[in-house]
Amino acid sequence: MAKIIGGITTSHIPAIANAMAQGLEETPYWKPFFDGYPPVRDWLNEKKPDVIILFYNDHGLEFFIDKKPTFAIGVADEYHNADEGWGIPTIPPVTGESDLSWHIANSLVEDGFDMTICQEMKVDHGLTVPLNLMWPGHNYGHVKVIPVCINCEQHPMPQPKRTFALGQAIGRAVESFDDDLNVVVFGTGGMSHQLDGERAGIINRKFDLECLDKLVTDPQDLTKYSNFDLVEIAGAQGVELNMLIAMRGTLLGNVKELHRNYHAPISNTGSGLMLLENNAPT
Amino acid sequence: MATNETRKFPGTYLFDSKMAKKGYGLNKMCYSFNEQAARDEFNADPEAYCDKFNLTEAQKQGIRDKNIITLLQEGGSIYYLAKFAGLLKINMQDIGAQQTGMSVDEFKAMLERNGRGEV
Repeated sequence: MAKIIGGITTSHIPAIANAMAQGLEETPYWKPFFDGYPPVRDWLNEKKPDVIILFYNDHGLEFFIDKKPTFAIGVADEYHNADEGWGIPTIPPVTGESDLSWHIANSLVEDGFDMTICQEMKVDHGLTVPLNLMWPGHNYGHVKVIPVCINCEQHPMPQPKRTFALGQAIGRAVESFDDDLNVVVFGTGGMSHQLDGERAGIINRKFDLECLDKLVTDPQDLTKYSNFDLVEIAGAQGVELNMLIAMRGTLLGNVKELHRNYHAPISNTGSGLMLLENNAPT
Repeated sequence: MATNETRKFPGTYLFDSKMAKKGYGLNKMCYSFNEQAARDEFNADPEAYCDKFNLTEAQKQGIRDKNIITLLQEGGSIYYLAKFAGLLKINMQDIGAQQTGMSVDEFKAMLERNGRGEV
């Protein structure tokens, strides 16, 4: 049986890709951010998950607003990155896992989540930055990735209670897959930030820290927020919290926090790195 | 229900159905900037490139002025405008400074204060 052994929250902003490409990890600005990652990398190298399910949002590489899926899932054996227009280096292909992907897609639609199912999909920094953070030097080719893309760019967007339920449905789908696979789920993005308007520059450290606490002990409580609540409290792009909430939804067992590093600001955002163990001994 | 909610957030340009319609051509042009060939074509003749996507006069003025607030008001999505910013070789702190009327250093200092929780 496939099982989800843990979940990870991480930032995915493009500035991280540039910092890594330029070797800035040890500079004073970046060090407090990158110093959080070695324990998570060590855990991944020890557990050696077969599959990563990765929640992210597409910022206008694969999906334009001509057709904007609310939820999309990749079912391909390989994914490619491409030029996003601002010069972050394009990286090697990402390996997919089509059998489990299709199993999840089938289960989700049966479960009432009408996914857009993608056999070809370019993956942007939302997916590639976290992979390169966990396996620096683009050494992620051995791990199979299932992209799950949530609309965080155009209102109406799925609400936190819905993205949490999506996560739970994915958790059930994985547990009903016959092959013995170890799966880790990444929730990427956010946390509080606002890029647009005269209100640009919002970071709400207190709220971010509360969210990280809630993600461990009481994720259901986060589903009380609407996306407009998140805009008000955490900035217009604070809605990316939805990816973290979806990740937490997939963890159906007893959850234990193994590591955390919150740092702000990174570029215009609060960055929350957290490693959660699923089915932890009580 | 939140879908038809009309809550307003001053200083925020929510990219909703109205904006998605109003800014369609502008965002489509900015989406094209994913391709180097499109960036080159724009740089060679910005006016002609804007016309190719049927930008309104107000949108074209925003592009000429490189004014992010104007472009947001005219339906631009910050994610697509970020690609225009990439073409201009400016980053999110430059954009933040421009929108808030601060210098880039002042904007970065505000981010630092917010990051420390000194709100």
